[in-house]
Amino acid sequence: MTDLHTLRRKTVNVVMLTVTGLCTLFAAGTLVYILGYLFVHGATSLTWAFFTKLPTPVGESGGGMANAIVGSGKLLLLASLFGIPIGFLGGVYLAEFGGTTFSYIIRYVTDLLNGVPSIVIGIFAYTLIVLPQKHFSTLAGGLALGVMMIPIAVRSTEEFLRAVPNSLREGAMALGASKAKSILTVVIPAAKNGIMTGIMLNVARVAGETAPLLFTSFGNRYWSSGWDQPISALPVMIFTYAIAPYEDWHKQAWAAGFVLLSLVLTVNIIARAVLSSKKHVAR
Amino acid sequence: MAATPTTVPTSAGPSRPAPAGYWQRLRGGDEAAYIITFMAAASILAITAMLVLELYANSAASRGKFGWNFLFTSTWDPVNDQFGALPFIYGTVVTSFLALLLGIPLGVGAAIFLAELAPPKISDGLTFLIELLAAVPSVIYGLLGVFVLIPILRSIEPTLKAVLGWTPFFTGPFYGVSLFSAGVVLAVMIIPFIISISREVILSVPNDQREAALALGATRWESTWDIVVPYAKKGIMGSIFLALARSLGETMAVTMVVGNDPKIKASLLAPGYSIAAVIANEFTEATGQMYTSALIELGLVLFALTIVINGMARLMIIGADKYKA
Amino acid sequence: MDATKPVAGGAVRKLSATDLNFYYGDFQALKNISMEIFANQVTAFIGPSGCGKSTFLRTLNRMNETVRNSRVEGKIMLDDVNILEQEVAYVRRRVGMVFQRSNPFPKSIFDNIAYGPRINGTVANRAALREKVEQSLRRAALWDEVKDKLNQSAYGLSGGQQQRLCIARALAVDPEVLLLDEPCSALDPIATAKIEDLIFQLKSSCTIVIVTHNMQQAARVADNTGFFLLGHLIEFDNTAVIFKNPAKKETEDYVTGRFG
Repeated sequence: MTDLHTLRRKTVNVVMLTVTGLCTLFAAGTLVYILGYLFVHGATSLTWAFFTKLPTPVGESGGGMANAIVGSGKLLLLASLFGIPIGFLGGVYLAEFGGTTFSYIIRYVTDLLNGVPSIVIGIFAYTLIVLPQKHFSTLAGGLALGVMMIPIAVRSTEEFLRAVPNSLREGAMALGASKAKSILTVVIPAAKNGIMTGIMLNVARVAGETAPLLFTSFGNRYWSSGWDQPISALPVMIFTYAIAPYEDWHKQAWAAGFVLLSLVLTVNIIARAVLSSKKHVAR
Repeated sequence: MAATPTTVPTSAGPSRPAPAGYWQRLRGGDEAAYIITFMAAASILAITAMLVLELYANSAASRGKFGWNFLFTSTWDPVNDQFGALPFIYGTVVTSFLALLLGIPLGVGAAIFLAELAPPKISDGLTFLIELLAAVPSVIYGLLGVFVLIPILRSIEPTLKAVLGWTPFFTGPFYGVSLFSAGVVLAVMIIPFIISISREVILSVPNDQREAALALGATRWESTWDIVVPYAKKGIMGSIFLALARSLGETMAVTMVVGNDPKIKASLLAPGYSIAAVIANEFTEATGQMYTSALIELGLVLFALTIVINGMARLMIIGADKYKA
Repeated sequence: MDATKPVAGGAVRKLSATDLNFYYGDFQALKNISMEIFANQVTAFIGPSGCGKSTFLRTLNRMNETVRNSRVEGKIMLDDVNILEQEVAYVRRRVGMVFQRSNPFPKSIFDNIAYGPRINGTVANRAALREKVEQSLRRAALWDEVKDKLNQSAYGLSGGQQQRLCIARALAVDPEVLLLDEPCSALDPIATAKIEDLIFQLKSSCTIVIVTHNMQQAARVADNTGFFLLGHLIEFDNTAVIFKNPAKKETEDYVTGRFG
C-alpha cells in the first residue's frame, strides 16, 4: 500500500463529496430560482384588476382572471365532492376490512389509476360526459379532476388509518363498541390530522392540473353559471396566455402563475408542518 | 308473599346478555360500514374498468382502419385522414430518455449526498426544499420553460454546437422550441422524484453494512459507493422507472417547449412532438370521427406504456423492501 | 514506557490505552481508562450492559468516530504510534473488527472477502487475490465448507457460517489486532463453540480482543480479562485471577453473579 494510493482514495473521497453536494445544490437551487423568478415577475404584475375583472377582448389591456379563480374553485369543489368520499371510504375499506384478495386487487387497481397520465383521464371524462352532451361543461372538468383525486385519497387515508395502533381498536372494542363504531369514534379521529392534511395536499395537487381540463371544462371568457357550461380555470389561463403573442397576456400569465404557485406551496408547507409536528398518533 | 328482605340468588352471577342477533349487529353498524366502504372500493374498480373500456371503444374507428401499423407509421395528415403514431412515440421516448440522461446523475448524486454524506440538519432542510419542487404544477414549469429556459438555451446553442455538433444530434437550425428543450424541462421535473425515493431507500440500508465497510478501512465515499448504493440498487432503479413513467405522461410543460412538429428528425435541436402534447393541442380542433379516434388511440398507447413502466417500477421497489438478509 | 520491551512473563505490549476518556455529547461514557493489551493473547472485556466495554472496544479502531458529537481524550498506542493521530483507514487496516450480528455484503462469498484487499490495494493481481481469499477462509475455518461455492451469495450461508465469513473478511487485510464485539451473541451453542475454537487458533497469528456478556466464554477463551462498570475499568488481570481471586469487591460481585 503506497502513500500515493491512499492519497488518491482521499482525493476521490473529497471530490465526490463536492460533486454530489453540487448536484444537491442544483436541485434545491432550482426551486429557489423558480420561486424567485415567479415572485419578481408575477408579484409585480399583480393588480387589483387581476382578481376582480373578467378577461378583455384580445388586444385590450386591463383584463383580469376573476372568472378563472372562481372557476378553479368550482371545479375543485366538484372534484372534491366526487373524489374524496370515494377515496376516503375506499381507504377505510382497505385499512379496516382488508387482507382479502379483493383488497389486493383494489390496491393494485388504485395504483394503476394513479399512474394514468392526467390527459388520458381528460379523454375519459370527455368520452363519458362531453361526447353524449355534445358540449364542454364544469361537470366534465370536475369529474376528471375528481377521478384524479381518488387514488391519492385512498392511499393517504389507508396509510394514516394503518398508522393508528391496533391497541386503540382493541381498547374500543373491548369496551363493547362494534367494529364500525370503533372505527368511527376512535380510529378515524386518531388519524384525523393525517387525513385532513392528505385532503389538503390532494386538492392542492389537483388545483394545478391543466391537461384534463383542456377538453372537458375547456375555458370561458365570461362567467359560467351552473354546472353545464364550459368554465375558466387558472392553470388553463396560464397556458393559454403564455403561448399567446401578447405582452399583456404574458404579464397576466406570470401573475396567475405566482398566485397558483403561492397557494400550492403554502398548502404543502402547512401540511408538512402539521404532519411532522404530530408525528405520533394521539394517545 | 312474606316480605323477607333476604334474597337467594338463583344463578351463579349477574344475568348474561342475550347473544347479539342480526338486528343488534346491524344496529351496531358493522354490516352497513362494510357495505358502504366495500361499494366505494368496488366503484374504483368500476371507474378504472370504464376508463379502459371508453378508451378502447372510442378508438375503434382508427384501430380498425390502421391496425398495428398505427404504431409504425409516421404520417400525420388530418386533412386526408391518415394517422400514424410514430412521430409522437419517437418524441415521447426521446424526450424522456434525455430527461433520464440528465436527471439520473443529478438525482442519484443528490440523493447520495443527502442520505449519506450531509449532516442531518442540512439534509432535512434541503430535502424539504427539493420535495416541494415535486408539488410545482406542470404548467408553471412550462411557463418558466418558455420564458426562461428557452432564452438560456438559445444563448448556449453555439457552445452546444461547437462541442457536440459533430454528432447528428446537435445539427440544424434552432428556434428555441425543440426536443432538447423538452428533455431539459422534463429532467428538472423528475429530479425531485428520483431524489425523494432514492434518498429514502439509501437511508434504509442497515447501518451494519456501512460499519463493516468502514471497519475494513474504506473511506466514506468507498463505503457509500461500493456497499450502500449497490444494496439500495433496486429501490433506486424503481425510482428511475417511476420518474420515467411520469415523464412519459407529462403534458403541459412539454407542449409549451417542444415545438409541436409531428416529424421525426435526428437532431435534438429540431422541434418535435410527444403523445401527450399532440392530444393536448389538437383534441379540441379534431374534426371528424377518424381524427378524434386517432387521438384517443394515442391516449390508449400512452396508457399502455405508462402501465407497463409503472408496473416494472413497483416490482423493483417492492423487491427492494423484501431484500434478503 | 518503551512499547516493545517485554513485560513480565515475556508478553509484548501490542495496544495500550492511557487516560482514555470518551464522551457522547455531554455524557461521559469512558472514564480514565488505562490498560495494556498483549500481543498474541486473547483479552476479554466483561461487565453489565452499558458499562462501556463495547464503547472502549470501538475506540481501539476508531469506529466510535462514526457517532456524531463524540469526543475522545487520551492516548491509544498501537506498537509505537498513537492511533488517534494517524490516518483512520491505516488504523483500521491494522486493527480489524467483527460485529455482533454478522453483516456480509450482498455480494458473493469471494467478493466479500476480496473487498478489503481490493480497496486497500494490498494485493498485486488477481492470482494473489484468489490466494488471499483462500488463505483468509482457511484461517477462519470456513474454506472446506465454501470452496465450491465462492461465487454464490454470502446470504446463502447459515448464521454461524456468515459470522466466520465476516471473520475471514476482516482477516483478509492481515490485521495485527482483531476486535470481536460479542461475536457469538446471535449464534447457537455449536456455532459458538466453532468460533471459540477459531479464536484459539487465530491468536498465534493475531492479537484478539473480545467483548462478551457471557462470563463462561471469557473464562474459556481469554488469557486476560478486564471488568468494566459504569465507564470505569475496575480491574484488569489474568483471567484466572479475575474469576478465582479478584482484588476488587465489584469484580467479585459480578463474577459470582451477585448482580448483572
